[in-house]
This record gives sequence, structure tokens and C-alpha cells, in this order.
Amino acid sequence: METLEPLLTEHPFLSGLEPQHIKLIVGCASNVRFDAGQYIFREDEEANQFYIIRQGKVALEIYAAERGSLIIDTLGEGDILGWSWLIPPYNWRFDAKAVELTRAIALDGKCLRTKCENDHHLGYELLKRFASIVEQRLQSTRIQLLDIYDARS
Amino acid sequence: MTPVPETQTSEIKTIEPMLPAVYRIKRVQQDTHDTFTMELEPSKRNGGFSFAPGQFNMLYVFGVGEVPISISGDPANKQTIVHTTRAVGAVTKAMRKLKRGDTLGMRGPFGSSWPVGEAAGSDVVILTGGIGLAPLRPAIYHVLANREKYGKVVLLYGTRTPADMLYRRELEQWRSRFDIEVQITVDRAMNGWHGNVGVVTTLIHRAHFDPHNAVAMVCGPEIMMRFAIIELHKRGLTDERIFVSMERNMKCGIGFCGHCQYGPTFICKDGPVYPYSSIKDIFTKREI
Repeated sequence: METLEPLLTEHPFLSGLEPQHIKLIVGCASNVRFDAGQYIFREDEEANQFYIIRQGKVALEIYAAERGSLIIDTLGEGDILGWSWLIPPYNWRFDAKAVELTRAIALDGKCLRTKCENDHHLGYELLKRFASIVEQRLQSTRIQLLDIYDARS
Repeated sequence: MTPVPETQTSEIKTIEPMLPAVYRIKRVQQDTHDTFTMELEPSKRNGGFSFAPGQFNMLYVFGVGEVPISISGDPANKQTIVHTTRAVGAVTKAMRKLKRGDTLGMRGPFGSSWPVGEAAGSDVVILTGGIGLAPLRPAIYHVLANREKYGKVVLLYGTRTPADMLYRRELEQWRSRFDIEVQITVDRAMNGWHGNVGVVTTLIHRAHFDPHNAVAMVCGPEIMMRFAIIELHKRGLTDERIFVSMERNMKCGIGFCGHCQYGPTFICKDGPVYPYSSIKDIFTKREI
């Protein structure tokens, strides 16, 4: 039977992980698909997954009264969606909506949390990878806040 | 891998480089709330106007002052000189009030150019933000007109909002072609925008090009360029293959007055386009 192992092994996010850890992660992975306009998760819902986007585009949104849904970021092919599964209280902070047909690998965060508690080496490897993503998104957000296209920039 | 390209510096062809020639405005188009594109008619007696992508002209609004403005038109079209300008100061605000048939003074072209000739055989990554697309548009025209000479061509463009996007119709045309990858992102968008949201540098890791055989041409706010270079390095591009367009207070255009001194160089003469390798030691120095 074909598994997601080759796909996950090749993905830069998981590259360098030991084969037994890849196997553990494969056990928590499944293929998912979202149609354009479909919400992948909503703010405040329980965060029990994260996603490796294989194809498509996802908008991260926040709802503001009187302004409607504001898009704060978009993610595409190869990007990782969601880290709230890793941080208590494990609730999504934003809405995630498929802008177009999106295919992804969903990873069961609840299952991975347990495995990380039991195997701190795996936990550290995953944390390092997520810390890098958080750092990249923080940098991007900081640049966005600078309003660099302002005439004074 | 093809040899590392160099910027092209054109000889200043103007007989008297400090003397503006009078040009008539053929067309003015408002691009965004603060940006407009002006087409000038070259005089018939000099047989048209030649420039290299990336070069700029000094435009003189009579009685107000002179400003350096990049040429944003097609280098193959010698009968129309195009400039895209953002109205932010006294001169450019006065320029915005000019209409078809009005005249202004022009000197140029000045400065170095994008390495479109030397990039032949390589993938081309054009990375730009805001009005930085204007000085790169001549390079895009050239690359697309000579498409067979290049590998993959990628255009990554970021603006503040969808309403701030320049050359919207052309961007749509380029997007519909199969031989150029066009990725656009905005910093802010409301629901209903189906494109990317986020800073332009986030597009680099998604773009499809061979970093070992690519040339990157980068133009935009310096902060954007700093982070763009970091991301291009992460993809594997070397300093020699990254080109940036710098901006300082240019006055004479020929390296005499010293207003635009940038380390040991003058941006008006040695720039505005530099290989990043030649300025990387001063690029992040605050005093320069």
C-alpha cells in the first residue's frame, strides 16, 4: 500500500528527521482536500491538527466587527499551516479558509503531542522546526507593520 | 552555469549633459492615487531616444525644480519616453499637474542598467515592491521580447494594497502567459481579494527557478531589499548574481556634484544598478 512516507520524507519541513520519527509522524498523517471557500478551521475551535499544503492557497483571516474578515496572510504550496496544536490552550487564533481548491497532508496534533511527550528527542526536533516557521512569520509580520511602501520609506 | 553577469554602464550620449532639452508630454495616465505615468515625445531631429533598462532621466519642471526619475517604458520603442512617478515632493507634485501638450526639460539617460544581456542563458528572478516595478519594467519588456534567450522567468511583486498595484492590465497579460511566473502579494487586503497576502519576500521560497543558474534583479524600499537578499541567499543565490537598484539624492546625474555619493561610488554614475557583491560591505551601514 502506498503511504505518505515518501512525501513527508522529501518535505523540507521534515528533512533530516530520523526514519523512526518519520514513521511515527506518518502514523498521524492523512490526505485531505478543501474546496474553494471552505473553512479549514475557525477561530477558537480546538486545534488538533496542522497541515502541510501540497497544492492550493489558504487565507488566514480574522474577523473584525464593522470591517468583516481581514486577510492577514496567505499560505501556499509547501507551506505549513497551524501551530496552535502545539501551544496551550490548543485553540485556533484565526480562521483558515481555502481560497482555491487545496490539497494538504493533515497531521494529527493531539496524537503528535502524546508522542512528543514520550519521546523528547522527537519533540525537540519538531519544536525546532516550528520555531523556525514562527520566526519567519514574525519577521514577515514585522516588515508588514513597517508599511515599507509608504513614501517616506 | 553561465558566467556571472555585470551591470551595463552606458556612455552618456548627451552632448551637454547639464543642459535639459525640451520635451512635449504626449500622454499622462494616473496609475494609483499618488502615482502617474507620463509619456514624452522625443525631438524628431535626434531620431529617437535610446536607453538601457534601469537607467534614469533628470526631469525638470520649469520654475519648480529637477528630479531623477527612472525610465519605465519599452527600450525597443525609441519614439516614446515613459516615466512613472510618485507625487511626493514639490517637483513631482507639480509634475502631476502637467497635461498633454505641456513641456518639461529632460537630461539623460544616466546610470548603469540591469544585466539583461549577461543574464541570457540564466533563469531571471525579478523581485520588486511598490513603485520599484517601474525601473524594472523595461527589463521585463526586454526579457519577454527576447524570451528564447532566457531560462525560467519569475516576477515577484508586492504592494501595500490591491489599489496600489501598478500596471494592473500588463500584470494580468503577463500572468496569462505560459512563459513567465507572476506572483503578486499585498500587505493588506479585505475579504474578496483572492491573491496573496504577506510581504513580497515570502514569495521567494515558493518561486520556481534554479538558484544555481539564476540572476535576481531587485528594486524596492531598502528594507525590502535587505530581507529579499536574505531570502535569496537561503535559496542559494550568490552575491554576484543578485542586482539591486539604489536610490539617493541625485542632482547632477554625471558624478560631479557628489550629492549621491554612496561609499566610494556615485549612484548617478556607477549605479543605480549594482551587483550586490560590489556594495554588500556598505549596504547595511547606517552612515552611508
